[in-house]
Amino acid sequence: MGKLFAVVLVIIALASAYPIVTHMYVMPEDISTHGHQIDEQLSDTMAEAGISFLLAQFVLAFFVWTFAERKIGAKLKNFPGGAKVMVAAAFILVGTEVLALGVFGQRAWANVYFTPPRPDALQIQAQAGQFAFYFRYPGADGKFGAIHPDKIDEGNQNYFGLDPANEIESRDDIVSAELAIPVNREIHLMMHAKDVGHSFYVRELRIQQDFVPGLDLSVHFTATKTGRYEIVCTQLCGLGHYNMKAYLNVMAQDDFEKWMKQKASEL
Amino acid sequence: MEETSAQQAHVHAPPEGFLRKYVFSLDHKVIGKQYYALALLAVSMGMALSWLMRFHLVWPTTRIPGLELISKAGAPGGIITPEYYLSLLTMHGTLMVFFVLTNAPFAAFGNFFLPIQIGAEDMAFPRFNMMSFWTTLAAFLVLILAFVIPDGPPISGWTSYAPLSAVGKDAGPGMGWGMNLWAISIAIFCIGSLLGALNFIATTLDLRAKGMTLMRMPICTWAWFITSCIALLAFAVLLPACILLILDRTAGTSFFIPSGLVVSDRLQPHSGGSPLLWQHLFWFFGHPEVYIAILPSMGIVSHILINSMRKPLLSARVIIYSMMSIGFLSWMVWGHHMFVSGMNPFSSLLFSFPTLTITIPATIMTMIWMGSLYGANIRINAASLFALGFISMFVSGGVSGFFLAQPSIDIVLHATYFVVGHFHMVMGVASIFGVFAGTYFWFGKMTGRMMNETLGQLHFWLTFIGTYCIFMPFHYLGLVGNVRRYSAFVNDYTGPLLPLHKFITIAALCTGAAQLIFIFNLIYSRYKGAPAPENPWNGTTLEWSIPSPPPWNNFGGKHPVIYHDPYQYDVKGSKGDYIMQDSPEPSAG
Repeated sequence: MGKLFAVVLVIIALASAYPIVTHMYVMPEDISTHGHQIDEQLSDTMAEAGISFLLAQFVLAFFVWTFAERKIGAKLKNFPGGAKVMVAAAFILVGTEVLALGVFGQRAWANVYFTPPRPDALQIQAQAGQFAFYFRYPGADGKFGAIHPDKIDEGNQNYFGLDPANEIESRDDIVSAELAIPVNREIHLMMHAKDVGHSFYVRELRIQQDFVPGLDLSVHFTATKTGRYEIVCTQLCGLGHYNMKAYLNVMAQDDFEKWMKQKASEL
Repeated sequence: MEETSAQQAHVHAPPEGFLRKYVFSLDHKVIGKQYYALALLAVSMGMALSWLMRFHLVWPTTRIPGLELISKAGAPGGIITPEYYLSLLTMHGTLMVFFVLTNAPFAAFGNFFLPIQIGAEDMAFPRFNMMSFWTTLAAFLVLILAFVIPDGPPISGWTSYAPLSAVGKDAGPGMGWGMNLWAISIAIFCIGSLLGALNFIATTLDLRAKGMTLMRMPICTWAWFITSCIALLAFAVLLPACILLILDRTAGTSFFIPSGLVVSDRLQPHSGGSPLLWQHLFWFFGHPEVYIAILPSMGIVSHILINSMRKPLLSARVIIYSMMSIGFLSWMVWGHHMFVSGMNPFSSLLFSFPTLTITIPATIMTMIWMGSLYGANIRINAASLFALGFISMFVSGGVSGFFLAQPSIDIVLHATYFVVGHFHMVMGVASIFGVFAGTYFWFGKMTGRMMNETLGQLHFWLTFIGTYCIFMPFHYLGLVGNVRRYSAFVNDYTGPLLPLHKFITIAALCTGAAQLIFIFNLIYSRYKGAPAPENPWNGTTLEWSIPSPPPWNNFGGKHPVIYHDPYQYDVKGSKGDYIMQDSPEPSAG
């Protein structure tokens, strides 16, 4: 039975590794300027974790194969070097691995979070509410009108609670259910939660950030490839959570300008 | 022998009458079994809920006969609504984490065996002990009540993030009284767990038999002791957090709710609170909770492995110190659940390093277990198979931690099925393997009858292969970016992943069905199993020095004296290759 355990374990380990090694399940292609660092970090970690996984399972299988159900009275022995070797090996192998992953991994994180957005980044505000995203562009004046929660009225499409009657800044604000952005230009996305916690996740952009009610958060990114990509909510927000999504539309600069003009004319 | 005042104080008279013997018992062994039974009931419910979820995910329009009888609103015509899916998910997580993973390896086995393994007649505070169980049962009943009230169970997940959990019924179905019941249940559960943890600590420190120094305690006793210390601090934070949540919901306070929220078209009358405060408080409990679930299983598995290998571990001390370091580090890592939560990005780095560092004691333990297998003569039976399976699962669930501990990778894997795969393997399956191993190993001691070995091994093979088939593919889904907590996959993007989801569902149904073998074995063996001898596995620790099942006062009024370290195997003793801890014969080394 010990030998069976060893065989089953080896089969499980190999079968588990197969889809990884053959890249059967991978993230969609990265379309951001920062994403390659995350991808590299992910694949480095996959290599290290994968080797640790296979090695540990194979050694476990080998030891059980060799040392299970021996003859009664068989002479027992200890691993040469005993516990000291194990502790030292764990410290050196895993310690190095941890340090390497920790230190190199910070670069990718720093790139997303520690560099401020460029001053000429396009400012867009995202609002998440049960169960839709809305996006707001400041319009020609470059300023967002203030949000008045008491004025939010979805029936009249006043999703942000704007007060154009009394505030000039909000009169030219463009509101869209789709996040249209120009390609190769940095976007500074300011995040506002209307009701409960939500999240902004675009796989291809390698961006995920929670919307937290009461907190002004922002992310910035640059998309490098035109196309239409799914934005999904990843923070459990209520019964419609599974269906809370929007689309990111990355356009050529000309197309984006046309889109803005079109939207402005609809105001 | 010299008796401490604590020892004298706890001694109680033999129980008389049915109620005192089996229901409101002060006996730690009966209480241990009560915890086990409660965990068994909770795990059966939790697993049934997971079947419903898995079924709904891949066959969303197929009717589940009879389900409408359980919830007319949640499953009209036997088809689960999106909100009922979230209710099932919330209840599954809550039942499993609190009432199974905390109760079974820690409260159930700890209660039964900790006093025996240190040579005590009972817990330090038997009445508190009884109260812990009945409080926990009350918490369970309050939680289950959510299934029958018209509002239905809450839909905010087992983490109950504010403000979804805090604003009341505007947040959706189940978020009125259903959510109240959840918060009240968990607050009561915290009280029960705090009492239990205090009792374990006092018992370990005060009631050890003569000669039972701390380093002579069996590894599982150490694990329960360290777990108690973690639980004492963790539940002490969750309890006030739940009270604050209840106040926000019922008394108009705003601990977790900021101003200006418009939920269901209604401007909420709150201001000044912080949703992140709930996350900090919850995860300050939540991460140590992972170790509350896994440490006892590490202890149980070490205990069983040593017995099955017929030789001590390379170093029991290193295992104990590693468990302590894991317990200590568990307090510094809660923020790794919050990398993308909007917390200051600098703190993500601070939380990332201790998280990665936990890998070191975890690897040391794994290497000690595996290194100790070298040169052993491993007996293979259901108990040792589950113990070996534990090591394999612990490694598999552990390596995915490498990914999630890094904030940069968490940006893409957060809230995907990768996380679901990770914690189910390491905290769920590995921990439950420890419970299975413990059950096959100790059932004879607990009931006086041995479990059926053939059924036990069949159960192992089906469960071992089955759980890998369920939880390994979860990682693949996550790597593609499949988001968790969705009741349906309505977009084109996740469409191609449906076959893998179907495979998981079928594996889950089959593996779940295999658990019926275990339940049958438990019931059958309880009544028809072979009578258990005093020491069926030739063990060395104190539980094997007394009859199976032990008398009400464990040692029949005698006070054991301890002469040895707990694991004197591979020596020449009068009975064979081992020397009992309480045997005065000299040990070889």
